[in-house]
Amino acid sequence: MAILRLNKVRIGAIAVGAVLALGVSACGGGDDDSSSGGGGGDAASSVTIGFMGDLTGENSGIVIPPKQGAQLAIDEYNATNPKTKITLKEYDSQGRPEQATPLAKTAITQDKIVGLIGPAFSGESAQVGPVLEEGKVPSISPSATNAKLAQNGWKYWHRVIANDNVQGAGIATFITNGLGAKKVFVIDDASEYGKPLGQTVKQSVESGGATTSVDSIDAQASDYGSTVNKAKAFAPDAIFFAGYYAQGGKLLKQLREGGVDARFLSGDGSLDAGLAKGAGGKVADGSVIGCPCLIDPAGEASPASKKFADAYKAKFNNDAAIYAAEGYDAATAFITAIKAGNTTAEKINAALSSVDVAGVGKQVKFGSNGEVTATDVFVYEVKGDTLPLLGNAKEAKLG
Amino acid sequence: MLQGFIDQFWPSTIDGLALGSIYALIALGYTMVYGVLRLINFAHSEIFMIGTFAALATLHGLSLSPVGGFSLVLLVAVLALIAGAVSGGSAVLLEFIAYRPLRRRGASRLAALISAIGASIFLQQLFARVVIPWWFDLPKEKGPLPIQEHFVERSNVIAIGDFVVSIDKFLIFAGAIIMMLALDLLVNRTKLGRGIRATAQDPETAVLMGVNIDRIVTATFAIGGAMAGVAAALFIMRFEETNYFVGFLLGIKAFTAAVLGGIGNLRGALAGGLVLGLIEMYGSSIFGSEWRDVVAFSVLVLVLMFRPTGIFGESLQQARA
Repeated sequence: MAILRLNKVRIGAIAVGAVLALGVSACGGGDDDSSSGGGGGDAASSVTIGFMGDLTGENSGIVIPPKQGAQLAIDEYNATNPKTKITLKEYDSQGRPEQATPLAKTAITQDKIVGLIGPAFSGESAQVGPVLEEGKVPSISPSATNAKLAQNGWKYWHRVIANDNVQGAGIATFITNGLGAKKVFVIDDASEYGKPLGQTVKQSVESGGATTSVDSIDAQASDYGSTVNKAKAFAPDAIFFAGYYAQGGKLLKQLREGGVDARFLSGDGSLDAGLAKGAGGKVADGSVIGCPCLIDPAGEASPASKKFADAYKAKFNNDAAIYAAEGYDAATAFITAIKAGNTTAEKINAALSSVDVAGVGKQVKFGSNGEVTATDVFVYEVKGDTLPLLGNAKEAKLG
Repeated sequence: MLQGFIDQFWPSTIDGLALGSIYALIALGYTMVYGVLRLINFAHSEIFMIGTFAALATLHGLSLSPVGGFSLVLLVAVLALIAGAVSGGSAVLLEFIAYRPLRRRGASRLAALISAIGASIFLQQLFARVVIPWWFDLPKEKGPLPIQEHFVERSNVIAIGDFVVSIDKFLIFAGAIIMMLALDLLVNRTKLGRGIRATAQDPETAVLMGVNIDRIVTATFAIGGAMAGVAAALFIMRFEETNYFVGFLLGIKAFTAAVLGGIGNLRGALAGGLVLGLIEMYGSSIFGSEWRDVVAFSVLVLVLMFRPTGIFGESLQQARA
């Protein structure tokens, strides 16, 4: 999730998550100490990996799960008594680029980290990228999705989550194949996040054979009447909204009141119970939300996902939440490189380019630009205020 | 492009009139205060916001199952009464705290303007940081305040082909017209109205004629606030949710409507509001919703170029209102 682009109205619900997650992180911290104590016994054969992101700030609710996911992977690895143990060190950037940059410098020069999981958000990633590049330390972000990050020519930067373009294409596949929609109405919120996502979906569904019509809403406004009228006149099979849940809920409510009954879909910005709340009652039920992230606390997606979800729940006494699987996968990539006998940052970075292992949510393999090659996008169906997983956007069908 | 306009003509017209009615009711507050005090009360948008919270809280308190038809009219009347009282009271309080001390000391109008902006920010943050978390048990952060279930059954009053008017939109329009007529009567036919007009024309002479200016100012704020409160009740019926920044955009639009109709002119505020609502809807049906504000403000600039005093031009002091 690119918090860089988060609309301010988004923060409310995340703060709730933060409060919950903080309680969990206290337990997580305890585990952290014990494991690093075990690993520190043999100092010569131990390396340090950093985790950077908003661990105490207002968006920490979506950063603590990936941190715990990474912790889980590393603890599992250390428990096998490997030649080189790994210590995970936390760097709390609070999601602020200006705070992340000096932290990254400290991590490289003082703590001599050999790799960094993070930064969690796109904004801080854009600032920290050059620092890592200069320090020649590889990074793998579990959650920064801004498509532009991969276009900097960075050699040490990676991510295990598909970017917003991939997300748009994935959801579009679901719209044209899974739903069989022929007429798609695309609405964006005119934000830096929504605009390109909407365009990607529009182009992708068009190449999938659907006709489209587009409109934009003003995130500050309350009345979306003109958009509703346009949608009604177009009579679409499906409506895709590229934006955040706060506006998505209101828009959906007004669409339904205006007599537009087409299936409503949206992207990761709307992957929140706030969508159903904003729409009111059961209005949002049956809406489909896509995300390049795998949130699968029930472990229905695959045996690997089941194993991860159970282990996560057992360790942190909490359901695997957003980006937890991606945090685990990022750590797995580093572990694979270190297991192969690489203990310096340079060597690990070189090894990352040939990593090819099965992760929880996807195959972990990086392209030359640092993007994960897997293009899996998962879709979730709104049911009350829950968002159960439907499956992979490529093959998911509505039940 | 024009095809969109033709296809969506009736829905756009009806949405435009409903939206414009809310603009008009808020615009009345701007225009009245301007007529009497020559002050742009920028905190008026927050008076509206307070009204929406009053209406929403009333709904939460009543926790009804969805209502339609005549009982909806009754419910809206109750909401309007409560929100009008709360908003009117807040407006009076605002005047007492933020403007009266400045007026007493003969401060410049610019000082009052700054005070208005300050009051606006203060009220917004008060709701964002204190009232919403305390009242709705939400974390101290932003976020919409939706209610879980709907309470309005939106049956159609008229449905002829494309010409479909749902009850909520009809009530908004009817409510605005009724409030406008009542206000017109009040200003033109009562003693208080005469006092308001006298003060608007010439405050000093009005004092010499025995008009109590402080009372007139208080009444002006109370009436303007009450109109915003009624607008808030209608807004809540239509959208069933609010937020602490809900007044910001609506306030700007309402202020625009007041200027468009001729600031200081009550009938101008109504006309300006309805025209602005229609322009927005027609503009977005032709150019797409992202051009909505561009079209609206372009028209405003054009109107002001040829009629610098707005469509109706005359102001409150010219005995009309």
